[in-house]
Amino acid sequence: MSQVRVLVGTKKGAFILSADGKRQTWEVSGPFFGGWEIYHMKASPADPNRVYAAQSSGWFGQLIQRSNDGGKTWDPVDNKFVYDGTPGSHQWYDGTPHPWEFKRVWHLEPSLTDPDTVYAGVEDAAIFRTTDGGKSWHELPGLRGHGSGPHWQPGAGGMCLHTIILDPSDPQRIFIAISAAGAFRTDDGGATWRPINQGLVSSFMPNPNAEVGHCVHHVAMHRARPGVLFMQKHWDVMRSDNAGDSWREVSGNLPTDFGFVIDVHAHEPETIFVVPIKSDSEHYPPEGKLRVFRSRTGGGEWEPLDKGLPQRDCYVNVLRDAMAVDSLDSCGIYFGTTGGQVYASADGGDSWNAIVRDLPAVLSVEVQTIA
Amino acid sequence: MIRVVLPAHLRTLAKVNGEVTVEVEGRATIASVLDAMETQYPMLRGTIRDHVTRARRPFVRFFACEEDWSHEMMDTPLPDLVANGTEPLLLVGAIAGG
Repeated sequence: MSQVRVLVGTKKGAFILSADGKRQTWEVSGPFFGGWEIYHMKASPADPNRVYAAQSSGWFGQLIQRSNDGGKTWDPVDNKFVYDGTPGSHQWYDGTPHPWEFKRVWHLEPSLTDPDTVYAGVEDAAIFRTTDGGKSWHELPGLRGHGSGPHWQPGAGGMCLHTIILDPSDPQRIFIAISAAGAFRTDDGGATWRPINQGLVSSFMPNPNAEVGHCVHHVAMHRARPGVLFMQKHWDVMRSDNAGDSWREVSGNLPTDFGFVIDVHAHEPETIFVVPIKSDSEHYPPEGKLRVFRSRTGGGEWEPLDKGLPQRDCYVNVLRDAMAVDSLDSCGIYFGTTGGQVYASADGGDSWNAIVRDLPAVLSVEVQTIA
Repeated sequence: MIRVVLPAHLRTLAKVNGEVTVEVEGRATIASVLDAMETQYPMLRGTIRDHVTRARRPFVRFFACEEDWSHEMMDTPLPDLVANGTEPLLLVGAIAGG
């Protein structure tokens, strides 16, 4: 029978939630790396027992942990992230030049085919890669070397590269997103990159339509349609039908189009999910009601999903990497909150249950569907 | 033999309990002790001092014989009582954060 493993990164450690394909009874293991921030944890699609975790702390810096047995045991691998060449500078919050400084790894994206190859998105924004299972990390400098680099500026959470999407149909194509520079794409395996932000409008910028500077919160793609991208921007939910060459807004009837997460149903490429958050100054759901919104039309028309979710006095946030889907026949959707709950739906979002309610603040959620 | 006391999180990372001991050739300094520590426990690299600049991480402090050595030069000889193993070198994580 199929098994589902939910990998949860929190402010104070990692947890692994496991269930069989019915997804009714869950086993919780952890905390792993107790007391440390786990910004992200993700397994290799090519080897479900190979899992990588980004472990960090304000005291002791960045570590990368690797498991070869599905998260039962872990060993630290190389944690040396050094920018290629002279790092140069980007803009600070006040617009003055600020040297590039490595702070932490936000996102780990294992290769679709090789368990030893992993991409890492870091703060200050850059992309690194290992091809030896984490024994060494090397920057792909073409991204920071893009001419716009000196104009990038941090978002409130830091200047982080938080999203990495590998195109299953083209191993040379990778999408990434940076707060607050925008989205970028490479078509040559990471050697060169170009901004893909046409159609994004950010009113806080001097030029709201600028090529870079947009605060992209997250991007999602369905494996079967790698040219279609969905984006939760700081404000606005966006869609691209040409691999990011241009975007159009699909916020439609959402109660607010601010938010962090966005994801796509495993079997319905036009079904997408977001969690609207009231505003950028109030990071909690509108009206104290935690609701997932689902569009079955690829955006534009949205329906609230609230069965099983708290509908009063709820003021948690759902951070950008904290939603994921499984690939069972009835698609499961999962998200974690800053209040420590991990909610799951085994019926495509129609109803929800809390797998756990009292974890530390959840930073990230990933799901493995194991045959 | 130099005795070193690590913060709890780094003891867990290094998979050790209590004090650790390292051997240092020549005069014991903060730098030579950390070099020996990182050779013996490579998982500690980057957690006490920066990989590139070799500077002490801001929220880690060094204490020897009840004195704060955090701002001493890394190659200043440590006190004899630390160098001969009578007293440990303490690596302390700042009491801060949430």
